[in-house]
Formats: sequence, structure tokens, C-alpha cells
Amino acid sequence: MKTVFFVLIILGITAALISGQPELVMTVFVESSNNAISRSLSLLGILCVWLGIAKIAEKSGFLNSCSKLLHPLLRPLFPSIPRNHPALNYITMNLSANLFGFGSAATPFGLKAMKELQTLNNNSPTASEAMCTFLAVNTSSVTLIPTTMVALRASLGSSKPEAIVISSLLATSISTLSAVTLDFYLRRRYRKP
Amino acid sequence: MIDFFMRFSMWILPLLIGIIILHGYLTKVDIFACFVEGAAEAVTLVVKILPYIVAIYFAVELFQSTGALAWILRPLQSLLDFAGAPAEILPLLIVRPMCGSAAMSLVLQLMEKYGPDSLIGYMASTIEGSTDTTMYIASVYFGSVGVKNSRYAVLVGLAADFTGFTASIIFCNLLFA
Repeated sequence: MKTVFFVLIILGITAALISGQPELVMTVFVESSNNAISRSLSLLGILCVWLGIAKIAEKSGFLNSCSKLLHPLLRPLFPSIPRNHPALNYITMNLSANLFGFGSAATPFGLKAMKELQTLNNNSPTASEAMCTFLAVNTSSVTLIPTTMVALRASLGSSKPEAIVISSLLATSISTLSAVTLDFYLRRRYRKP
Repeated sequence: MIDFFMRFSMWILPLLIGIIILHGYLTKVDIFACFVEGAAEAVTLVVKILPYIVAIYFAVELFQSTGALAWILRPLQSLLDFAGAPAEILPLLIVRPMCGSAAMSLVLQLMEKYGPDSLIGYMASTIEGSTDTTMYIASVYFGSVGVKNSRYAVLVGLAADFTGFTASIIFCNLLFA
């Protein structure tokens, strides 16, 4: 991240100097910080509402019931987790929070899932197969509805804020599918002969 | 078919909120207290990412408005054109796997500048909505349980991000161009 930051700023300043417009740097300096603060405030409003609703979904057990539906789907992906082990419950909770785009509600479940997987892994410093699969599914982000993004688009005056639901759904299914396939393949390759 | 999905997706959010609230009310959860609790979390979250937003806005706007972006992209232009991706999207592709807050700020910045209903706006929000911060998740999740060797997990995550980017670009071109 620091490299990206460095490159952006140095190249920006260099370009301003070469093109003979050093005053641009100061304009950007003032305007960008102003924009950043006003944007953050509108982001705050949206996130308040979403996280509020996400909290209700979490506390009322709505997420929990959704995650039960996912169980049979996920079972075959994690053959190494014993039946009725809490690890799979946390994994499904994490994924169902992700499905609705409740990212911050997903993290605590993800961490609990990792902890359970680590006990199954005998606290080894090397990741288990189930952990890798979990990470693959998680980072490829199975998102049914990118709620935060839709709300954000609405706040920026989009006339069709929900139009991205379909494109995201298609993109995310493809990336999740490729992650699961690649994970399946690598799991075999990395296995000790 | 696409039209049907568009119409469907307009209904899905209001329905989801309605169902969650109704479910919460029927299961006798204090929905108001929960909502406030969640909203309070949003405040901490935004305070946490505010410095990132300022940093990104500053760096990216400097990079764009001074002409540095155009300058860098000239050699890459034909490649991006071939993929059907507007040049402005490139920084997002680089930042997305590394830093969620920075990526979110970039998406905000792109949508503000080009409009949420522009091709760039659609692409940026689709990419943000369909991929995740692989490096961050991997380091937090594995770090929290003391796993040092993540084996092939990060590779799979990054490959998934890459497919997600490509798919987002293709589908946005098909749907919104």
C-alpha cells in the first residue's frame, strides 16, 4: 500500500512540474481533502442504517436460519470437518452475512470459524486444507446482494442504484466458482505424495 | 431476461429489509436497540477509515488531475482497450486486494467524478461489490490463530479476485455499455 501511495503522489507532482502547472498540486490539496470529508459523512449515514439492519439480522437469528440453508451446500466442500462440529456453523454464518453484503457482521464469525478450524488443525502453524478452502470461498466473496454498494450508489444520485445487483451476482458467481475449482485442484497437488 | 432481473433487483432490497425487521419483531428482539447498536459500530468504522479516504482522495486526485494517469496509461491503453476497461479503473484493480478502505474510497471517488450511472461507475461498484480484500482477510484470519504458512490460500484468493475483475468488466460492458 505504501508503494502505491508513494508512486501516485510522486508521479502526480512530477507531472504537475513537467507540465508547468505547480499550482495544481495546491488546488488538489485543498479540494481533495474537502471532498474526502464530505464523502465520509454521507458514507457514515448509509453505513449507520446498514449496520443497524445487519445487527437486527444477526441478533434475531435471521442470519442463523439462512446459514442452516447453506449447510448442505457447503458440507461437500469441507470433507475434513467432522459432522456437527461448530466450525461449519461459523463458516455458514460468515458466508450468509457475506451473501447480504454485511461485511462487518461477517468478520467476527470468520474469526470464530478460523479458531475452530485451528483446533481441528492441532494448532499447527501451517494452514489446513479446510482453512484454505474457507479462505478461498470467503475472499472470492459470495455476494447475493451488495447492499452497501447499492446504498452508496443511491446516495450519489444514481437513477438505478440496484442495477449492479445483476452484474455483481454474475461476476461473483464466476469468481467463487473459479476459486473453488482452483482450491480443489491445488489441494490435491499440495498433498504430500 | 435481463429486464426481469433488473426489475427483480429493485424489489429485493426493500423486501430484505422488511423481512429482517419483521423477523426481528416477531422473535421479540429489541429491534430498536439492535439498530442503534449497529449504527454505533458504523461510527467507529467510518472514523477508522476516514484517514484512508483523505489519503486516497489526495493521492488519486493528484495523480489524475496533473495528467500523470494519462501519461502512465498510454503504453497500457491498447491492452485495457482490448479488455474493454476504462483506464480510470486501473488503480482500483491494484488496490482492491490489498486495502478495503482504500478501495472503498477509490470507488467513491470514481463514482463522484464520473457519476454512478456511467460505465466507470457501474464497473467500479460491480468490482467493489463482487470481490474482497484478499490480502487483508488472509492476514487477519490466519494471523488471529497463529498460522504462519498459508500455503496456496492467498494464491487462490488472488486468482479469484482476478477472475472477478475480468468478469465484472465483461458483464458491465455487456449490460451497461
